[in-house]
Amino acid sequence: MNGTAFSFTLNGTAAVALPSGALLLPSERLLCISDLHLGKSERMARRRGVMLPPYETRATLDRLALDLDATQPACVVALGDSFDDLAASEALDPEDRARLVALQDGRRWIWIEGNHDAGPNAQDGEGHASLTVAGLTFRHIAEPGAAPGEVSGHYHPKFGLPGFGDRRPCFLLDASRLVLPAYGTYTGGLDARDPALRSLLADRALAILTGSRAIPVPLPGAQRVGQRV
Amino acid sequence: MDLPARLAPFFARRGWSLHRHQAEMLERAEEPALLLIAPTGAGKTLSGFLPTLAELAENPRPGLHTLYVSPLKALAADIRRNLLTPVEELGLPIRIEDRTGDTSQAARRRQRADPPHILLTTPESLALLLSYEDAPRIFEGLSRVVVDEIHALAESKRGDQLFLALSRLQALAPDLRRVGLSATVDDPAEIAHLLARSPDPCAILHADPGERPDLSMLDAGRAPPWAGGAALHAIPAVLEEVRRHRTTLIFHNTRAQAEIFFHNLWLQNDDALPIAIHHGSLSREQRTNVEAAMLRGDLRAIVCTGTLDLGIDWGNVDLVIQMGGPKYVKRLVQRIGRANHRAGVPSKAILVPANRFEVLECVAAIDAALAGDLDGTPRGPGPLDVLCQHILIRACAGPFAADDLYAEIRTAGPYADLARADFEACLDFCATGGYALKAYDRWRRLLLRDGFWQLRDPRAAKRIRMNIGTIEDTGTLSVRLRSGTHLGEVEEYFASTLTPGDTFLIGGQVVRFEGLKEMTVEVTRRPDATPRVGRFGGGKFPTSVALTRRILDLIRQSSPDLPRHTADWLALQARVSRLPRAERMLVETFEAEDRWHAAFWGFAGWNAHQTLGLLLTHRMEAQGLDPLGFVATDYALLVTGLREVEDPGSLLDPRDLREGFETWLQGNAVMKRTFRGVATIAGLIEKNLPGSRKTGRQATFSTDILYDTLVKYDPGHLLLRVTREEAQRGLVDFGRIEEMLSRIQGRLDHVRAPHVTPLAAPLLLERGRVPVEGRGRERLMAEQAARLLEEAGLEDLT
Repeated sequence: MNGTAFSFTLNGTAAVALPSGALLLPSERLLCISDLHLGKSERMARRRGVMLPPYETRATLDRLALDLDATQPACVVALGDSFDDLAASEALDPEDRARLVALQDGRRWIWIEGNHDAGPNAQDGEGHASLTVAGLTFRHIAEPGAAPGEVSGHYHPKFGLPGFGDRRPCFLLDASRLVLPAYGTYTGGLDARDPALRSLLADRALAILTGSRAIPVPLPGAQRVGQRV
Repeated sequence: MDLPARLAPFFARRGWSLHRHQAEMLERAEEPALLLIAPTGAGKTLSGFLPTLAELAENPRPGLHTLYVSPLKALAADIRRNLLTPVEELGLPIRIEDRTGDTSQAARRRQRADPPHILLTTPESLALLLSYEDAPRIFEGLSRVVVDEIHALAESKRGDQLFLALSRLQALAPDLRRVGLSATVDDPAEIAHLLARSPDPCAILHADPGERPDLSMLDAGRAPPWAGGAALHAIPAVLEEVRRHRTTLIFHNTRAQAEIFFHNLWLQNDDALPIAIHHGSLSREQRTNVEAAMLRGDLRAIVCTGTLDLGIDWGNVDLVIQMGGPKYVKRLVQRIGRANHRAGVPSKAILVPANRFEVLECVAAIDAALAGDLDGTPRGPGPLDVLCQHILIRACAGPFAADDLYAEIRTAGPYADLARADFEACLDFCATGGYALKAYDRWRRLLLRDGFWQLRDPRAAKRIRMNIGTIEDTGTLSVRLRSGTHLGEVEEYFASTLTPGDTFLIGGQVVRFEGLKEMTVEVTRRPDATPRVGRFGGGKFPTSVALTRRILDLIRQSSPDLPRHTADWLALQARVSRLPRAERMLVETFEAEDRWHAAFWGFAGWNAHQTLGLLLTHRMEAQGLDPLGFVATDYALLVTGLREVEDPGSLLDPRDLREGFETWLQGNAVMKRTFRGVATIAGLIEKNLPGSRKTGRQATFSTDILYDTLVKYDPGHLLLRVTREEAQRGLVDFGRIEEMLSRIQGRLDHVRAPHVTPLAAPLLLERGRVPVEGRGRERLMAEQAARLLEEAGLEDLT
């Protein structure tokens, strides 16, 4: 574990949670990011007539470029909901598209399908419903009862340390599965204590907060939160 | 002028005669703009309506004649009841209805099809009416508009929105006459300017000033505590005053303080005096119940906040108690006026300082109130976010030409000097989002067709209408019992700090947090528990410039009006350290509890001190002084760190401060909070989507992200400019820092005290310390996380 990242082992594979919210498998030179939601502002404008600052794709790719520079992966896995919808993938601004192509250059690029972007998208790269590498299975939405070693996204988990300000996007980790935070700029979050999310994980689980460094904290036990009496 | 014959019997039956100003209002009814300044209890509202009643009694006619706008829904309903009495008694052919957010859909539709003679409404409901395509038909015959409590509206964006609405009304009804009803203010001409069709003049009428109020500071029998705002020490004395009077209003500055006081008051209320609580976080039913009990005369006291500053006239109130420093003389005078709402009887008010500093503030405020020396708050030109909303509302009503709208807007007082370029920027924002990256040509909101601007998609009107208004939604969550009973609201931030089992106060009862369910805070009643301090929204205003100057004068003159304990305290400070002066900055550094502290006595109000704290700690971080946090009060800033500030002068260089404000401060949470309000009002985001809410599992994201994105990729965007301007005046209050810097002109007294000084001691006890997000903090956070991991026995997962 270097100064700011958090290293752990999942199903026998060494992994590193980066403070940016990306996951690195050093042995595979694989970088995984989830829920980029590229093109969200375009979709909002198209669907709701809300004109958000149209810079989120640029901002997300800027951050991804930094992670790619720092880790030089041979393979990138985008873990679903990479585009806010398939039309947003079509409508990507030419400059953003060129940027994405440049990032893909010289490496394997895998788009895992998500609920927002099911089916082939308009960009280069391989599309898969799920993928297994080094004992880890990458899929967009966690499956209850999945075999150990599942890596998923979808829920945009967030958690905070009481007394230390706002909640931050976080990884959730237990002995058999990992849930990634959303990497996209315009993505909100679901509290890690929310029953929908908390019930996915074992009682003994960690939240790994993102930010200027990755900070692991215990996730409050499933029996204490969200309990309905 | 005499009372018109048709109205005379109503007055005669009651033995009333016209007040001088009421007669004048009748005489000058034809003035295009007329402002009445009158103390509370002077029959102000009736004065506003007399000309309408007279005109409609003499010349009955169908259609809308008079529009009455007040800041409170409750006022609209109350005025309707009051007006119905003469109308029914005299058999006048006048229909009076109110229209607010509470009015049913069916009633609203009917009102649009067949408007009453007199319509009573709020600025928001008026803006909504103007957004309909049939607005011209509804308002074409409008003769008079009466703006009640205009002094209160003039202080906020609600007023800006209203004055824009008046410009629209005047275009629809060119002969419209405007009447404003105001409490006593420091600068009537300024209000008059806002009321009139700019640049036309506005006549001002002054009613006779009321009786000189009976003001005093509470003698609680002992000195108030050093710090805090709860004033719990005064409870026995306050109960005694309640017992001695018929009905008492007990005002607090924040909801949290009102809750804490109310809870503790009941623990000591041995006679079980009927005392209720009223503030903006309580459910509407609860507030309505309290108001109804008050009208029936069932209550001896109400513990309340600014929500009762204005409101329906409760004639039975004979005492007002102000808990804590009043912050603004003007607001104190307003509150005082809530007692003895009848002409000829002096209002009676008692001020209760919650701590030593507030003793100074209360003494200064009493002097100022008796001298009629009111503090002004110049607001500057009308903000552009409200203008953006107005443009969208205008677009909902139908196509418009830019030149016409620009000319019309400039007749609204706050926008009289609006530059064409600013108008164009707002129009562009409404049409395309106003981004440097022209991304939305296909999805723009407004289109220009044949010289007229219009909505691209007429269905957008519905969304725009749902977003009308300028009252900030602070992001609150509903608090409910499991049974579903709604108890009130708490801020999202407060809710996010709760863990199941925590107890807090709401509506005077202690509840236990059970869990978050959807967007609801689920609780159970726990009357036996000791509450954690509640943190609600509710304004906390800084002490005004004028009042602060008076406080500094009191300190300098060692005024004989000060109680002994406070005079002794100041004398001790003068011996141990120095007394602060208006024209110099006192900085005290000392070590206490293993930390170094630096107290900067800026007397610039807590907003400005908070900003100063952010700026100074940022510089201290750069200088390696390892600041850990700070506390801002109205009088001083206390910075705590691991090392002594040896050269405070180097931190206070005006150029550096301004530069810091321009650059890094824009990433600050205060700026982000301001942006959220601006973006909502301007229509960038909708009130619920995608701002602060999430529905079920559909996660939405915070406006902070939008702010950060704009700062990085589009720093010249209109809304960032509006945010900066607003924050400078408001939450950030850089204007007060400038005022302080020009006052002290670099004159600094640095006292290196051997231990905490008498004046600084209370600062150490203040709550609400702001942590500094620096190297030290991130390290502490990691250490805390590691401890938790160990305690939980989870190291094996790491």
